Amino acid sequence: MNDTYDVMIIGAGAAGLTAGIYASRARLSTLILNDGAIGGQMVLTNEVANYPGVETTNGYVLANTMKKQAKSFGCKIKSNAKIARYHLEGDMKSVELEDGRTFSAKTVILTPGGRPRSLGIPGEDTFKGTGISYCATCDGDFFKDKEIAVIGGGNSALEEAVTLTSFASKVTIVHQFDHFQAFEHAVEEARKNPKIEFVMESEPREFSGNGSLQTLTVEHLPTGEKKNIAVDGTFIFIGYLPNTEPFKGLVELNERNEFVVDREMKTNIPGVFAAGDCINKRYRQITTATAEGTVAALSASEYLRQM
Amino acid sequence: MKMLQTEIHEIESADELQKIISENDNVMVCCGRMGPMCIPVYDAMEELEEERENVKFYSMAFDNPEAHVIRNAPEAQGFMGLPFTMYYKNGKVAHATSSIQSMDQITSVLDKHFN
Repeated sequence: MNDTYDVMIIGAGAAGLTAGIYASRARLSTLILNDGAIGGQMVLTNEVANYPGVETTNGYVLANTMKKQAKSFGCKIKSNAKIARYHLEGDMKSVELEDGRTFSAKTVILTPGGRPRSLGIPGEDTFKGTGISYCATCDGDFFKDKEIAVIGGGNSALEEAVTLTSFASKVTIVHQFDHFQAFEHAVEEARKNPKIEFVMESEPREFSGNGSLQTLTVEHLPTGEKKNIAVDGTFIFIGYLPNTEPFKGLVELNERNEFVVDREMKTNIPGVFAAGDCINKRYRQITTATAEGTVAALSASEYLRQM
Repeated sequence: MKMLQTEIHEIESADELQKIISENDNVMVCCGRMGPMCIPVYDAMEELEEERENVKFYSMAFDNPEAHVIRNAPEAQGFMGLPFTMYYKNGKVAHATSSIQSMDQITSVLDKHFN
């Protein structure tokens, strides 16, 4: 088997699959290595209604179509690829998998995406699925007439809190600041909902209960005072983290641990490009990820021509 | 009627589920919807289906009335997160999980109960 490619793409979200489509269609031998769900965060979107040219679809279907497109042009996709080491300097880049296999390429496009941020406090893992959830659409109906909390202050947190009032008898929003980062219309919608209460300038410290979640302990940050909130469930919406930990010290990252790229998606290492939710940017959409994947593949192609 | 858009075979009735678990030693069934907590589990199952010939992988729609056999299973009592994932060994529930599971979490259950 030829394990040397023109282009190696790390990650198979919207950016990685698009880069795979463009690179393989340009007749560059292309490999995508992926660990996790094909489609990345895209498959977590129930309804996609703003992808141009497609009236409405869901993220899973869109991701599968992109995967089929990439494969139809000859792109190879290896899933469940757990990468142990990256060698990104020099004309020939390589990665070593945990199972000992090595893959090499002249260019690398990094599209490892991001993941939902978790609180990392005692009880969070224990009560996942028995009170703690990260998806209102999925699990809201388990909390009919129950009292729940929502953690977060962005658009997702406030919009989902309002959605959850159609099931729950009471929703307590816990947020670390004295103001919300969400758009004003989302804040207004939440504030005028009589089922929603607010616990501001407070952070969750512990989840506890007997078999199922019963208590959320929060700390009021200005005073350090802790209090217990009786809850049957808690929904956590506190943003995303870029999956860039393996690249620390290898590729330039900014203060938020995002890849620093220029308008051609070049990183600080010649022949290494990055695209998608892991780069320094403001808006994280499927459309922005596909656009960046396109630019990264075309830039990689140009790099190969000049080698 | 099929309700899930996955590549995994979807079980449509309680009788079909019973037949499958009685005819196969190792069966994993993911009972969910097409939502963000369920799709990653289906996706992991699609990958594992190619690798694990000793396990049969199936989905079942949570909103299918016939899925009451999973929704009301004693092993799923207290579950409040989709999907409900059941692992059947020789016709009996060997393990059950609630909510999203990573590939590592799934493979560790498969290794523990189906090897």
